[in-house]
Amino acid sequence: MKKTVLMLSTALIAAALSSAHAVKVTLACGAVGQELEMCKAGADRWAKKTGNTVAIFESPNLTNDRLGLYQQQLAAKSSDIDVYQLDVVWPGLLDQHFVDLKGKVPQSAIDQHFKGIIAANTVGSKLVALPWFTDAGLLYYRTDLLAKYGYKSAPKTWAEMASMAKKIQVGERRTNTDFNGFVFQGKDYEGLTCDALEWLTSYRAGSIVDDSGKITVNNPNTIKALSAAASWVKTISPSGVTTHAEEEARGLFQSGNAAFMRNWPYAWSLGQGADSKVKGKIGVAPLPKGGTTGQNAATLGGWQLGVSNYSTNQKEAIDLVLYLTGPEEQKIRAIEGSYNPTIPTLYKDKDILKANPFFGSLYDVFTSAVARPSGPTKEKYNQVSQAFSGAVHSVLTGKKTATVAVKELEADLIKIKGRGW
Amino acid sequence: MTSTNLQKPPPKPIKTRRGGVQSIRTRQAIYLLLPTLIAIVLVAGYPLFITFYYSLTDASISSPDKATFLGLGNFWFTTDEGNAIGILQDPKWWSSVKYTVGFSLISVTLELILGMIIALVVSSTFKGRGFLRTAMLIPWAIPTVVSAQMWKFMYDSEFGLLGRTLKTMLNGDAILADSSTALWAMIGVDVWKTTSFMALLLLAGLQSIPSDMYEAADMDGASKWTQFWKMTLPLLRPTILVALVFRTLDALRVFDVMYVMLGANKAADTSMSAYARLQLIDNSQLGYGSAVAVLIFAIIMAVTVAYVTTLKVKFD
Repeated sequence: MKKTVLMLSTALIAAALSSAHAVKVTLACGAVGQELEMCKAGADRWAKKTGNTVAIFESPNLTNDRLGLYQQQLAAKSSDIDVYQLDVVWPGLLDQHFVDLKGKVPQSAIDQHFKGIIAANTVGSKLVALPWFTDAGLLYYRTDLLAKYGYKSAPKTWAEMASMAKKIQVGERRTNTDFNGFVFQGKDYEGLTCDALEWLTSYRAGSIVDDSGKITVNNPNTIKALSAAASWVKTISPSGVTTHAEEEARGLFQSGNAAFMRNWPYAWSLGQGADSKVKGKIGVAPLPKGGTTGQNAATLGGWQLGVSNYSTNQKEAIDLVLYLTGPEEQKIRAIEGSYNPTIPTLYKDKDILKANPFFGSLYDVFTSAVARPSGPTKEKYNQVSQAFSGAVHSVLTGKKTATVAVKELEADLIKIKGRGW
Repeated sequence: MTSTNLQKPPPKPIKTRRGGVQSIRTRQAIYLLLPTLIAIVLVAGYPLFITFYYSLTDASISSPDKATFLGLGNFWFTTDEGNAIGILQDPKWWSSVKYTVGFSLISVTLELILGMIIALVVSSTFKGRGFLRTAMLIPWAIPTVVSAQMWKFMYDSEFGLLGRTLKTMLNGDAILADSSTALWAMIGVDVWKTTSFMALLLLAGLQSIPSDMYEAADMDGASKWTQFWKMTLPLLRPTILVALVFRTLDALRVFDVMYVMLGANKAADTSMSAYARLQLIDNSQLGYGSAVAVLIFAIIMAVTVAYVTTLKVKFD
């Protein structure tokens, strides 16, 4: 009798111990395109390996909405979410809520990533998050249509792109009235800040606020860049482009209704999917230069994984982050979802290059992408970005001329800056 | 003797006894109300107080405990460099006020007129009336976020059902691209959604008007038109006023339609609540955002007081 009691109790204790070992970690990840499925699959692989379970917290599509939600969760010191997926512009804003990963993960796991991205994730000496995938703006084009209208290669300058788009649009509209030359992200939100920063950089107009915190946006090149963009709306781009984000642009391009598209790398594998009308007809090139004296430019995007200070399972959460950001998982995500690895050696991987040929040819685009001014503007970055995208939107919709809008934007930014960033 | 006796003030015992019953009843009422009062203080009073408190500080949402007192600096402040940084000096705030008030006035007026017509129709007897009364509540039962998203797809100028037609009417402009045209799109959504609710409120009022009055009016030869203006409308007045107060206050704090259809940034130009949210959450300015919330509170309070005093609304 005593023996059975003893055995029972040891069995119970053992059960209790093992269940204490297997914990549930909650991971918040995005849901743009196939992001959510990929996230689930990756988390499941880790769960299988470690015996823990992962719950997925679905976040909103738009990055602004996501930040708002996260800020509320974090300000309330909520332990509901253990691992957050962070935009590259957030570490400076949210660093106080995250565990310093330096010292908690092996140094080699940090060093394997691009130095620039690790720098973007470091606030002071604190490593807020580990990079999961990087992003850079790309120009997608229809190889079949370029050939049909006698073009041999992707456009080198914006002016060239506009004239190609015009010719293709005129031709295609004879059979398809819904056809447009160029689609991009023109809605007033963070995505427009990314697109417009590319236009500015391509015309060598600086990046709104420079590294020292000086407001540089009011210059002739900015006005040139924004005027060029405004001239696209209602000529080669539909008027609705000023209400569109990434997914609307992809929807138009993927259904065969656009010749050119500005989007992030994720659109590649979806465009090559079985249900895509443009499968096998997509080319990818660096975004055009602003005139012959301009440069190619791409805004640095990308997402990181950080562990919340308020997590009750920090050890397991850090392990999940290490696994998901590691080379093995990044390779799967690159092949299946064309998510750009943050590990340089993976850009030489044969399987990855086979799935995404442009990773090799556009390597420089990814390594030289321009950062948004979240570093120098710190906690006021969101206000700067709002002021900028609002000004650009007013130019695109024809409410203001570029000259007026940029001048007013400068005044707004001075106001936001106040005594300092 | 007897007359003086009669002129005597009422005997004291009765008065005290009456007072006793009254005071016991009052005490009882207070005891019974106490739990509710405590609940209201906790769930409404405390947040209200803390919002007022934050509105006077420069608190940030990431560290609300570290806040310095600003006085009325969130509302009106000009820096030494001459930068106006108060809410009342921000054209974006005034734009949101202008659009919200316009939205409320137009949508509530349209809802009242359409709601009245619908209420008159469904209060008459015809086959399938019960079904119709239930069916017309469907738009109102759908969560606004869902219906706003649905309308956003329909309004899209490139692939939307309505947006493509509207685009040709607007000389090729997308209806949601500009705040002034988007306002009409959102009024459309609000009218579509809440007219049935308005109709239901008015229908309840119509049902309480006795039908024999109409029979008498018919006998006297009053036309239906006269009956409506001389009888129905005056008798419905209290119901209409209560419905108007409800709908106006509801419309003034509109948020979801703008937020879903225009996104966080543009919504802040068209809705007061969205402006408050943008400052409070996206820009992490808890103090500034609370000050905006206080202003919205003041505006809605002023409208309510104006309604109740000028129109003598009775809530019973």
